Amino acid sequence: MLVRFFTDLRASGVPATLPEFLVLLEGLEARLAALSPEGFYYLARTALVKDERHFDRFDRVFARHFAGAEDFFQQLMRELPEDWLKQLSERLFSEEEKARVESLGGWQKLIETLKQRLLEQQERHEGGGKWIGTGGTSPFGHGGYNPEGVRIGSQAGRHGRAAKVWEARVYRNLDGQRELGTRNVKMALRRLRRFAREGAPEELDLDGTIQSTARNAGILDLRMQAERRNAVKLLLLLDVGGSMDPYVRTCEELFSAARAEFKHLEYFYFHNFPYERVWKDNRRRFDAITGTWALLRTFNSDYRVVIVGDATMSPYEIEQPGGSVEHWNEEAGRVWMQRITSHFPRLVWLNPEPEERWKWTPSIGITRELVGGRMFSLTIDGIDRAMYELRRGSPYTAPHVS
Amino acid sequence: MADARFTGTDRYVATPDLMMAVNAAVTLARPLLIKGEPGTGKTQLAEEIARSLARPLYEWHIKSTSKAQHGLYEYDAVSRLRDSQLGEEKVHDIRNYIVKGRLWEAFESEVQPVLLIDEIDKADIEFPNDLLRELDRMEFYVHETRELVKARHRPIILITSNNEKELPDAFLRRCFFHYIRFPDAQTLEKIVRVHYPDLKKELLAEALGAFFNVRETPGLKKKPSTSELLDWIKLLLAEDIPPEALRGDDPKKTIPVLHGALLKNEQDVHLFEQLVFLNRRAGR
Repeated sequence: MLVRFFTDLRASGVPATLPEFLVLLEGLEARLAALSPEGFYYLARTALVKDERHFDRFDRVFARHFAGAEDFFQQLMRELPEDWLKQLSERLFSEEEKARVESLGGWQKLIETLKQRLLEQQERHEGGGKWIGTGGTSPFGHGGYNPEGVRIGSQAGRHGRAAKVWEARVYRNLDGQRELGTRNVKMALRRLRRFAREGAPEELDLDGTIQSTARNAGILDLRMQAERRNAVKLLLLLDVGGSMDPYVRTCEELFSAARAEFKHLEYFYFHNFPYERVWKDNRRRFDAITGTWALLRTFNSDYRVVIVGDATMSPYEIEQPGGSVEHWNEEAGRVWMQRITSHFPRLVWLNPEPEERWKWTPSIGITRELVGGRMFSLTIDGIDRAMYELRRGSPYTAPHVS
Repeated sequence: MADARFTGTDRYVATPDLMMAVNAAVTLARPLLIKGEPGTGKTQLAEEIARSLARPLYEWHIKSTSKAQHGLYEYDAVSRLRDSQLGEEKVHDIRNYIVKGRLWEAFESEVQPVLLIDEIDKADIEFPNDLLRELDRMEFYVHETRELVKARHRPIILITSNNEKELPDAFLRRCFFHYIRFPDAQTLEKIVRVHYPDLKKELLAEALGAFFNVRETPGLKKKPSTSELLDWIKLLLAEDIPPEALRGDDPKKTIPVLHGALLKNEQDVHLFEQLVFLNRRAGR
């Protein structure tokens, strides 16, 4: 029963592992969740799910799996009012009978039996309609634990609440189904780290200290040095709008990952293809613009450039002056791209379009040629290769244009 | 251990799922990872667990420069060098220059302690991986003195994260996990009651109404959380604001007094004022 629950969880995309499942069993064995299904729900969730984005998926599997049990408890509540059960037990059981129940191994064992019975019955019966009416009363009528029946009633009450807990599906908004977690992107971006010592000297330079102390005839001479920091400068150019819309989330992930990894990160947006202007704030793209010339003047050639765009457009938008779909550009996109590639020797283009589709779109071919073949797909592997390309010693040199 | 059950304290309202997560972590001696919106009492939880179970609390606050090694121990080479110049006796024993970290201190505690590793996501992306063995086996090796430090009692470890970085799977697998959801109106009322038991009923109702109204404003950069609500109520009490002042004809058309305690971002304040203005104009 639980094993099937576990495999179902995995099948639904909750990345639970065997050790975690064993922990859950350990917790059950330690009687953490007593008998309350609500407790079991919380215990299973805290042990198996490690990301709030997966809570919703967990809730769905849980609801599906324990649907029968839930109905059963609810029916029980309707059909067997607690007071009635209490009275019944008072009436039917003499003191010695109650004592005998105790001597038979106590409540714990009886509950264990009951639990097993419930699970068995549920396995045989999935839908929960008719069986409850007939079978539902029988385990409770069955010998000896009617006094305990009262407690079962109260447990069921709690269960009702729990059913609401997982049926409310409050974590729906957190379920991302994200293929490309930012952690993966960050790990790929780490390749680009270049540590250099910068800033105030606050770390002990052990080698330097030994050397200068030796020169000082053994009198201690402390040498300090600056901390190592990631000194890579990155310029990110992002295509927004139009055909890029389906890839917004992937780009956002890349962006947020990059922002956390690099101290020097500048980003600009463009539409379809970089022309004479780019902008920083997409809402104010028509009044707060930065000229591409200014961009080339502001950022040194030691900036590494990552362009993200699908490069999917009409070839005229690259080849012809005035080809832009948004405004009249005096010079063709190709000229601007060449200026950018010749100013920034370390440059890559990341394309969210699947790589096997590239050859069917002429504009991708043109763009790829313009960036000297350094186009990579926006996947973990692609980013990895792009980062390798960016840190390579001998950068590609583009043909010079003025 | 069976007697130690956490059920919330007089200062801290714990929901049943949170209690389960804490008790599971305590009983099975595994770290508990707590996530949730800022201001929902993640850090406070550790203090309250320590208080209610009467355990010593060790706090290790993580910064962006923190290394896993800092929690274990540090070797103070500089003072040793200096002492060697001065000819101090203690320079001969390296033990004198090993500075214990929070984890080591917790491992040495006489009774089972509570260890809080606060905001683990602030540290470098590799940080959690460097702690795997220490958290799993509750032991580590001191290379300088060649000794193995083992925990006397497995500490109750609480780890908080603000979700700034994703944590590695191998790390997550070793923890219990709990996400503190923003409390619903009922729980929130309980929480406020715990902090301000003498609060007038009308004021509380009005304040909660206004608070949820602000929280539900779409597009806020930072939604106000429980701690902000408590601060705000404190201000309302200090200024002796009557409940009527919070009411207005329509909650959507008024800006709550002292809203600076709830909205911490000028863009959010601006957005909220704009919405109120729009609602007023539309209502006329």
